[in-house]
Amino acid sequence: MSQSFEEISAQLKKRHRRSARMKWLTMGALILSAAFLVVFISDMVVRGWPAFQQAQIQVDVTYNEQSKEIPLAAVSEEFRPLVSRGFFRILPLRMEDNPALMGTTKTQWVIADSPVDQYLKGNKNELSSSQRNVVDKLVKQGRAELKFNTTFFTTGDSKMPELAGIAAAAIGTMMTMLVTMAVCFPIGVMTAVYLEEFAPDNKLTQIIEININNLAAVPSILFGLLGLAIYISFFGVPRSSPLVGGLTLALMTLPVIIISTRAALRSVPDSIRHAAFGVGCSRWQVVRDHVLPVSLPGILTGSIIGLAQAMGETAPLIIVGMVAFIPEASMTLTDASTVMPAQIFTWASQPEAAFAEKTAGGILVLLAVLIFLNALAVWLRNKFERRW
Amino acid sequence: MSTNIVFLLFCAVLVGLGGVAFVLSRAKASRVRASGTLMHAQPDQYGWFAVLTTAGPALLVSALGAFALLLLGAEIPVLYLLAAGLIIAALGLVLGLKQVRPDFHARRAIESVIRKLLAAAATISILTTLGILISIVGEAISFFQLHSFWDFVTGTTWNPGASFLSAAGRGDEGGSAAQFGSVPLFAGTFMITLIAMLVAIPFGLGAAIYMVEFAPLTVRKAAKPVLEVLAGIPTVVYGVFAALTVAPLVVDIAGLFGLDASYSNALAPGLVMGIMIIPFISSLSDDVINSVPSSLREGALALGITKGEMVRNVVVPAAAPGIISASLLAVSRALGETMIVVMAAGMRPNLTANPLEDMTTVTVSIVAALTGDQEFGSAQTLSAFALGLVLFIVTLTLNIVSVIMIRRFREKYRVNNL
Repeated sequence: MSQSFEEISAQLKKRHRRSARMKWLTMGALILSAAFLVVFISDMVVRGWPAFQQAQIQVDVTYNEQSKEIPLAAVSEEFRPLVSRGFFRILPLRMEDNPALMGTTKTQWVIADSPVDQYLKGNKNELSSSQRNVVDKLVKQGRAELKFNTTFFTTGDSKMPELAGIAAAAIGTMMTMLVTMAVCFPIGVMTAVYLEEFAPDNKLTQIIEININNLAAVPSILFGLLGLAIYISFFGVPRSSPLVGGLTLALMTLPVIIISTRAALRSVPDSIRHAAFGVGCSRWQVVRDHVLPVSLPGILTGSIIGLAQAMGETAPLIIVGMVAFIPEASMTLTDASTVMPAQIFTWASQPEAAFAEKTAGGILVLLAVLIFLNALAVWLRNKFERRW
Repeated sequence: MSTNIVFLLFCAVLVGLGGVAFVLSRAKASRVRASGTLMHAQPDQYGWFAVLTTAGPALLVSALGAFALLLLGAEIPVLYLLAAGLIIAALGLVLGLKQVRPDFHARRAIESVIRKLLAAAATISILTTLGILISIVGEAISFFQLHSFWDFVTGTTWNPGASFLSAAGRGDEGGSAAQFGSVPLFAGTFMITLIAMLVAIPFGLGAAIYMVEFAPLTVRKAAKPVLEVLAGIPTVVYGVFAALTVAPLVVDIAGLFGLDASYSNALAPGLVMGIMIIPFISSLSDDVINSVPSSLREGALALGITKGEMVRNVVVPAAAPGIISASLLAVSRALGETMIVVMAAGMRPNLTANPLEDMTTVTVSIVAALTGDQEFGSAQTLSAFALGLVLFIVTLTLNIVSVIMIRRFREKYRVNNL
């Protein structure tokens, strides 16, 4: 089978073309994956940005006996439907707290009702055309505008979108993560130290190792079932509390911390251990004074990544009832509470457009926290990691 | 509130006793050593040993007592329990002080206590697995006592909603009896997983091949963090994206072709889940492809084949066990994924092969069964555990098979970093 030179070079060209095509195809796969991230983030920013703004209108508020009885009377009839129901609800309380207000009329900025907010943001809304005219007039006079939404960062959930905020969920997340890390960091590091530095190579050790790898692959929702059956039904830990949520997530995060801590311990060269043994240290002294300090950045990096993972987890928390309506944050471990991803989930299931905006706003806050944590982990790794 | 204060007081006294134990035994040891006697350990180590004998047994006793109090319902007044703890602590202090003898190996004693503590921590992971097994299997068994296993496996109707009627003794009034046929749930799960894998495997594998074989170092360095960010996005966020952005898009596009798609179609969660799994597959395959020995590549190139042919005919076949193992792990993740399907897939069990229709999955049914206002013992709640059991067994099997595959790969090329 002799082939002419032309045939062979044509064939070679074809082969090189195929090789190049493969390169472009695989590159396309990578670019598309990255492009997805861009599409995704920009979609969330576009959807969520309006959540950081809230319409406020300037109206005359009359503080007197009548408006204490019937709060709606505090604002003139023309503007009444434009003001948030929540404002009227707290009005009598405010008068009780501050008697000096009685009998005065003040021109002040108040939070507008959700439809006004949506109208100013150019979305679909339920305002009647006469109400729209009123709002238009107010905007012209500079008495209605979109301001930075401080409510979103200071309050808990509410049935009124203009008053719903992420703060209660953020505090719930903090409490839950406190429990999670308090439980799984020490246990995880101790397990890893035992397996890497102390454990004899026997059947039990192998079982523990296989078991940890399996736990890492168990779907998170099953940890929720465990939390429900063991913590809540058997031990009687209060449902929906940061305690039960934190303990459930701790078991889920445990394998992550064990695996990353083991990797960090393994990267410490044996020469360090040998040197320490050589000057007469016991095994625990070697670990405490030499191996742990050197591998600490790696352990912390792994723990922060585990923490970020636990912070974004929702499924097991739904099962243990942490998707609750929490208008006010509580700082205890046993009261009903919610966490940021669960709050996002709750808002996402609300039909109103205003809540869709809150959903995306909550996502932006959550993503900002997670990206910060991951960046911290990367920074730690780059700054302190030693190559041996 | 008062129990809190008593508890804090207990802790404070215990810490104080520990401190006293440390100071006293260290002083005693220093005195002994100053008198010229050779000792087996340093004064500090005697001090720490005394701390252990003081606090250790006391904590153990109070923990056991609390356990008996809370779980077994034993009638032990908290005050007595804590007082007993403190007495034991005081006894421990005396014992620790007595142990400050030249011939006592304090360091070795501390060492063995620490070793036991670490070993105890290591068994917690086993307890977790046992906990999952016991909780799921136990409830699943009670479920199968109520409903036949055979119906669960082969039935094609999933209608748990009626179970509360029969629980209220109104099973035969209005509406049908509850039915727990899980086939449509597994069909839905399978469909969504299939769609996810059709997205994730080509893209993840392609990205990994490009990064290892073709990309310049700078691209590789830039692309890795991007994929890591993608992997770090919480699933609830993907769920929102699937429900609010992708599902309407799928409906619109299907509309262009004259097809009728549901707003909770299976395609949207499948696609988004696939995107979620891309970084998972790409990072695992990246490791595997990286550890194919370069002698194979060099040998292949020396024979004059092109780079693309080398990848297709040498690298990928060599890495195949690892890639398959990564894909199996990805399948197991897709099967257990909850939030995306809860938010974007339907709630209606639907036995169909059309991804544009709505269908539900195992995880959705688990969530639906456990978030209603059901009593813990009701059939609907228990059905969640039966489904969980199946999920656990399937993911465990996939995981074990994938571990075996990766071990085969590792032994073949003697690489140790996988």
